[in-house]
Amino acid sequence: MKRKKVDLAQAPITFAKGVDERYKAATPLRGLLNKVFPDHWSFLLGEIALFSFIILLLTGVFLTLFFDPSMKEVAYEGPYSALRGVDMSAAYESSLRLSFEVRGGLFMRQMHHWAALLFMASIVVHMCRIFFTGAFRKPREANWAIGVVLFLLGFLAGFTGYSLPDDGLSGTGLRIASAIMLSIPVAGTWISASIFGGEFPGHLIIGRFYIAHVLLIPGGLLALISVHLGLVFAQKHTQWPGPMRTNTNVVGERMFPRYALKQGGFFMAVFGTVALMAGLFQINPIWLFGPYRASEVSSASQPDWYVMFMDGLVRLMPNWQIYIGDYSIPPLFWPAVVGLGALTTVPMFYPWIEARRLKDKQVHNLLQRPRDNPERVGIGAMSLAFFLVATLSGGNDVIADKFHISLNAMTWAGRIGLLILPPLAYYISVRVCLGLQQHDREVLAHGVETGIIRRLPNGQFMEVHQPLGPVDDHGHPIPLEYGGWVVPKKMNRVGALAPAIKGFFFPVEKPAEAPVSPGMPPVSGKDEREEITTGH
Amino acid sequence: MTAVHDKSTDAPVDVTDPRLSRFEIVKEGARRDEIEIVTYESQFPGVDSKAEKRVVRNIALLFLIAGVGGFAFLGFYIWWPWRFELGDTLSDYYTPLLGISLAVSLFGVGFGILAWAKKLLPHEVSIQQRHNDPSPSEEQIITGQTILFVGDELGQGVQRRPLLKGAIAIGMAPIGLAAAAPLIGGLIENPHKADPPIMFSTGFNKAHNGGNLVRLTRDDGSPIRPEDVSTGGQMTVFPGIPGGATNEWADSPTLLIHLRPDDAELTRTNANSDTRNKDSMWGDYVAYSKICTHAGCPASLYEQQTNRLLCPCHQSQFMITKNAQPIFGPATRRLPMLPLGVDEEGYFVAKSDYKDTVGPDFWERP
Ligand code: HEM
Ligand code: FES
Repeated sequence: MKRKKVDLAQAPITFAKGVDERYKAATPLRGLLNKVFPDHWSFLLGEIALFSFIILLLTGVFLTLFFDPSMKEVAYEGPYSALRGVDMSAAYESSLRLSFEVRGGLFMRQMHHWAALLFMASIVVHMCRIFFTGAFRKPREANWAIGVVLFLLGFLAGFTGYSLPDDGLSGTGLRIASAIMLSIPVAGTWISASIFGGEFPGHLIIGRFYIAHVLLIPGGLLALISVHLGLVFAQKHTQWPGPMRTNTNVVGERMFPRYALKQGGFFMAVFGTVALMAGLFQINPIWLFGPYRASEVSSASQPDWYVMFMDGLVRLMPNWQIYIGDYSIPPLFWPAVVGLGALTTVPMFYPWIEARRLKDKQVHNLLQRPRDNPERVGIGAMSLAFFLVATLSGGNDVIADKFHISLNAMTWAGRIGLLILPPLAYYISVRVCLGLQQHDREVLAHGVETGIIRRLPNGQFMEVHQPLGPVDDHGHPIPLEYGGWVVPKKMNRVGALAPAIKGFFFPVEKPAEAPVSPGMPPVSGKDEREEITTGH
Repeated sequence: MTAVHDKSTDAPVDVTDPRLSRFEIVKEGARRDEIEIVTYESQFPGVDSKAEKRVVRNIALLFLIAGVGGFAFLGFYIWWPWRFELGDTLSDYYTPLLGISLAVSLFGVGFGILAWAKKLLPHEVSIQQRHNDPSPSEEQIITGQTILFVGDELGQGVQRRPLLKGAIAIGMAPIGLAAAAPLIGGLIENPHKADPPIMFSTGFNKAHNGGNLVRLTRDDGSPIRPEDVSTGGQMTVFPGIPGGATNEWADSPTLLIHLRPDDAELTRTNANSDTRNKDSMWGDYVAYSKICTHAGCPASLYEQQTNRLLCPCHQSQFMITKNAQPIFGPATRRLPMLPLGVDEEGYFVAKSDYKDTVGPDFWERP
């Protein structure tokens, strides 16, 4: 009896020894368990993209079990009576079957679609955070470029997926895609004929898009995401500047146990959000659109949001056709081929462009506050304004309809907006950044405005400033140097912050008193450290 | 920042020493990974404090909620009527119930874990050295030279032996081509090979109807008499050949419009002054391709009042009375007009195929 017990306790140790004898895992494993991660809410944006990608893989595999990527004509006999007897492709029929006849199939379809929208949205927001904080600077230029490719692949994955059900909207999208291919000079008709296997729509395109959507593109995404995360891991994460943080260290938590646990919890929360949206909000109700027929289109047919900027650019493009002898280049070519090409490749080179412009060869592991690089913020704001106008123009018929504006006015507003708003956004954001910079410097030099007005003996009024650091003999603050991080600007930010109130639903402890005298310089770190214990 | 050294980290630690606590060994491991654990402190004033107990209760509650959500999901999944029926039925709530119950259970687990990590586990601040400076220059030199050495062996070897160079070039190129051939050869399609060529013809070409004129038909294949379209009305028509209304003939859908007399007069004048559209109307009827010349959507919104045809995809607008010239939007080319006639039996026919090219524009369109 006793011996057995001892053996049991010994078992994991024996096992671990055995593993190490074979794989020499102990040292790298310890390094992994110990790896330190910095923490900031904005670092979670990339994680949302990762988690929604995982959800896409899971739900997507479920869908493949029922989807039939065939363009064979069949007559619908299913339970959705509005379409009974209608001729349609087997692909559309199987999508209807997924929605109506597979238990939980509609839920899975909607989950897949919502996860795709979330995936693209989080990539874009994640990109913004990388951009505005300068996280793309040396040594992370390659990871930025990979990120841009990830966006393009996500775009293609979304477009091919949207085409698969072969409903009225997918067919319209495919038709436009074929026209875009046709618009390419010289090779256009050959490219379109080769991809569609003859004249549009042919019988092959759904099958070809299917293999691209479920194997080729996800394979590419998986490979690139692995490299992306591998690089984040190997180069270690960037961090915000702050007390104790330098360019050569990482301040945060070790991966295990707390950091990893938080990631797991966050994944569940993202998953839950997607499930909730999939349950409550209908998305892409294909049965309302009917099968694709070349002669029919529903008005206000909108692509998914991340394709809308393309659609908007195509709408805003003036009808300029270029003739070269007997040949011509249709206007569609510029926004759809040149535009998409430029928008997905030029940003890839931004890190090198910026480094060259600033003659910056340093390694940067500390993030920059956006205001500290106004020009970059300006460029970012300019791009966002462009993207926004283009995206809104992609829905300009809906806007015109809702607000009773003339469509032509909307188109012209879009054309003018596309030219005027980006430079305006640039100018305004650069000014805002400079203003914020200046305010930071003022506070560092003179202290925080207290709101207390004092009347001097000579009758003059002045506001009392609370110095942030030491003062000279006359009580004037000695100007502090800017450290690249938040400068406290309100009195209740000065000194030790009052600790957050403890308790999950209601406070379980009295909040600690904020120090009465806000004298402690907040811009330097706590210097004395105590001997640490396990905390229990 | 003055790095305060922990006395214990300076001396080498004997991790086999039984007096060491487990945390001390962990700290030694961290030290070897160049991590300094600056703080690792409980969030609670003491062991078993009231606050801690409350947090534990809340976390437990969250996990219980997760369990309830999970069971609810299973219950709904199995027992709720799920088969679709048209009309307001219980089955309409199937998907929302799945979503809510799954979300409750996932949120329960998620927030439970988050609360556990955030509220229960000790707070930690650790500092790890990055060590991401480049390799020592000596290492760079050695590796660089090694790569160059490999290059020398292969490259210069070939340089010195021209026979090898030629043979490799001649031998490898075909293999590369052979690998690419099946992909390119299998996919490539000549858009201009068919007769009549697909890019320039539609289902209204006589060749598709055994050399006879092609009738205009509804999507069920029935032919159309002039009186079937009332004045001011319009109808989408298809070539009267087998499968003419299917996507096989995606370029053929046509809009047949019965104009009001004064509009018809104007349209006729404009059409007859155009070499291609001359004599293409039949009475007050005109037929235009429905396939937008911009990107191929069906230009299907006909505004009777203004005689404009609007394409819903990118809002190109075409003037029906003026040879369907584009008057707004990104389209550059007018909609082709189908030469209309009526056969002996009184049904509409196409006197010939479209004379302009139908559909989106491309490079080699004449
Ligand atoms: C498939 C989509 C993507 C996934 C799954 C993903 C995932 C992640 C994750 C989890 C991180 C670490 C956390 C963080 O910094 O937020 C990260 C970092 C990073 N991502 Fe992405 N990302 C994606 C797309 C992109 C895009 C579109 C870009 C930019 C164009 C980008 C650029 C970067 C860079 C430069 C880093 C390093 C940031 C740092 O160390 O501070 N990523 N990514
Ligand atoms: S397809 Fe008709 S306007 Fe673009």
